[in-house]
Amino acid sequence: MSFAIPKESYNGRVLALDFGKGGKALMIGGETALPFLAFEGEVPNKPVIAYEIQDSAPDDWPDTLKEIYKDVSGGPVTWAKHCQDKLGAKAIALRLMSTHPDRENRSAADAAKTVKDVLSVINVPLIILGSNNIEKDASVLVAAAEAASGHNCIIGKAQEGNYKTIVAAALAHNHKLIAMSELDINLAKQLNILITQMGFDKSRLVTDPMCSALGYGLEYTYSVMERIRLAGLAQNDATMQPPILGDIGIYVWKTKETTAEESDVPGWGSLKERGIAWEAVSATAMLTAGSNLLIMRHPDAVEAVEKTINELC
Amino acid sequence: MALSGIEIFKLLPKTNCKKCGFPTCLAFAMKLAQGGVEISACPDVSEEAKKNLGEASAPAIRTFSLGAGDNAVKMGGEGVLFRHDKKFYNPCALALNIKDSLSGDEIAAKASEVNSSEMDRVGQKLRIDAISIEYASNDPAKYEAAVKLAAEKAPGAALILNCGDPAAAGAAAKVVAGRKPLLYCATEANADAMAAIAKENGLPLAIKADGLEALSALSEKVQKLGVENIVLDSGAKSAKEILENNTQIRRSALKKKFKPLGYPIINFASRGDSMLETSIAAVAIAKYASIVVMNHIEQWKNLALFTLRQNIYTDPQVPMQVKQNIYEISGPSADSPLMITTNFSLTYFIVSGEIENSKVPSWLAVMDCEGLSVLTAWAAGKFIASKIAAFIQESGVGDKVSKKELIIPGQVAILSGALEDKLEGWKITVGPREANALPTYLKSR
Repeated sequence: MSFAIPKESYNGRVLALDFGKGGKALMIGGETALPFLAFEGEVPNKPVIAYEIQDSAPDDWPDTLKEIYKDVSGGPVTWAKHCQDKLGAKAIALRLMSTHPDRENRSAADAAKTVKDVLSVINVPLIILGSNNIEKDASVLVAAAEAASGHNCIIGKAQEGNYKTIVAAALAHNHKLIAMSELDINLAKQLNILITQMGFDKSRLVTDPMCSALGYGLEYTYSVMERIRLAGLAQNDATMQPPILGDIGIYVWKTKETTAEESDVPGWGSLKERGIAWEAVSATAMLTAGSNLLIMRHPDAVEAVEKTINELC
Repeated sequence: MALSGIEIFKLLPKTNCKKCGFPTCLAFAMKLAQGGVEISACPDVSEEAKKNLGEASAPAIRTFSLGAGDNAVKMGGEGVLFRHDKKFYNPCALALNIKDSLSGDEIAAKASEVNSSEMDRVGQKLRIDAISIEYASNDPAKYEAAVKLAAEKAPGAALILNCGDPAAAGAAAKVVAGRKPLLYCATEANADAMAAIAKENGLPLAIKADGLEALSALSEKVQKLGVENIVLDSGAKSAKEILENNTQIRRSALKKKFKPLGYPIINFASRGDSMLETSIAAVAIAKYASIVVMNHIEQWKNLALFTLRQNIYTDPQVPMQVKQNIYEISGPSADSPLMITTNFSLTYFIVSGEIENSKVPSWLAVMDCEGLSVLTAWAAGKFIASKIAAFIQESGVGDKVSKKELIIPGQVAILSGALEDKLEGWKITVGPREANALPTYLKSR
């Protein structure tokens, strides 16, 4: 018996998507193989990691993480510049947390101004995220999309309860769009169908099947991502071919493992490294499951995962 | 090629004698086809049928243990490429590499680190399972002493004799033969001598070659030399090689029934930088390694990798559950609020996480609803007023809180009236519909 490389060939292809403009624009997706398996297909684009920033002070971030950004997190403009210029961010994800009714409840007009201000100081691509309040996001993201017109951003997240207005805004201002559903491949498929039925091209979509952190349901996200990828490639299901987003930082940095003091959990080791490792391992798992785009928070975790991506590609 | 239940049934005595523990031969055959029982459970099956079945029902990836005793790690036996297709059965072993060229104190310290690496996570005891002792000194006497020392300081750990010199490996193997160490490794150059040591001491043997074609040839050679328990090293170093080679090995074994690669895989994730090593090890854990060897095992890293291993090897068809209990969050007192939810682990993790985020000390009553989420459990009649009332009364939580007030999930607001009738003396309050509204809700109370 002699060995023959067991290749799978697929009819489907992950849709390639570009975002940003000019020399710093990025391309994700486009592969015709399972994650990183270049021996059996094309893997033309590396996954991208975007640094997450917020438009309000990161009071709910753990101290070890806040400390990293303490000199720049007073405002999204300095924060964004820091990530781009000092940390070498390839992309930035601006989360408009201050618009949440339970936070500062700032207006859509305020959010639009924030977006404009941030765009004026960066040249890397921008991802614009709402505060994950269904009603408020509908107005905030519409205003943000208009403010970012011409910048080819990724905006989101459009969900079942608010997608119509957000899709219309992304369409009108030529942005890419994140469609998010909750940990269910059928819901992800259904939302992508609903959005494309509005005339929004599927090649402009990013699928977010909802993330979960290591130890807190990561295996659900992992398997939903793998199933989406297999549906898109092996079954050539066109509605399951957009690139996949892993919005992982926000879930990682509220777990006990990233926040508990060493004195409270003897045996868990250094809090600083524990947090970084939690984010790096969560992100690595998302990559092996099929994520094309990750949103992360800690520079050291980003660095480790980028090195892994470079080894994988 | 695995046989179907009906094909197996044809080979059985068809007496329905029940001696195997199943009501009928057909039921036994079905279980055999799933791999959940051994053919030897049937006392009356013919030798010929046993042989046919044994070959047909042998797992595509050979199953055996790394190490001996209570902490031996079962390897191989996997049946799928994706965990959602069924499940991954045997969680991979994690190992620390120690060079024999270190001082005795350093070796003892590292082995002790392995020995004390055990942690408890959601009820499972997890640990660094093995030590790889690397022959870096080029001095057989030093190697033997190092192996002996590491074995002594970590009495529960499995051992990997990371030594390609047959003379040094053979001498060390004799010293710790009772621990069933893995010999690492046979190459094209030393295969005969290493295979002889493995056979003589009854040990598993790792083989290493560059590329899977050479590895397959070496596997057949070693197998013909009489070694049954083989571990594969494809020479993968980069994350890309680990992912691609492991995938090709697993696919060859499962989809092509290619015997030479039907064995567990060992990967070296070793990097100078421990954080990068953590991420590389994560790739190996997710994608088919049975042994992952590392250079560093800090507690923070172990916790993350143990958890990933646990997540990946969780049975996707069984809802993960947490124990029914009254959980204390942030050190509650008699005046702290009391909330209730169901025992689906995702529900528990999200609710308890949000309560922790609120920094408001609280009691969280988690009720056994067979791992269903709140709405599903309500719809299934498991999270209803009479059962909640019985649970709260039996739990004795009423004695822990000064004010008898129970906060129920907003999704089941409809229960509040019935619950007030059933739980005499208690005030029922409807909380937020979604867990992410809990911090605001708790802070504003």
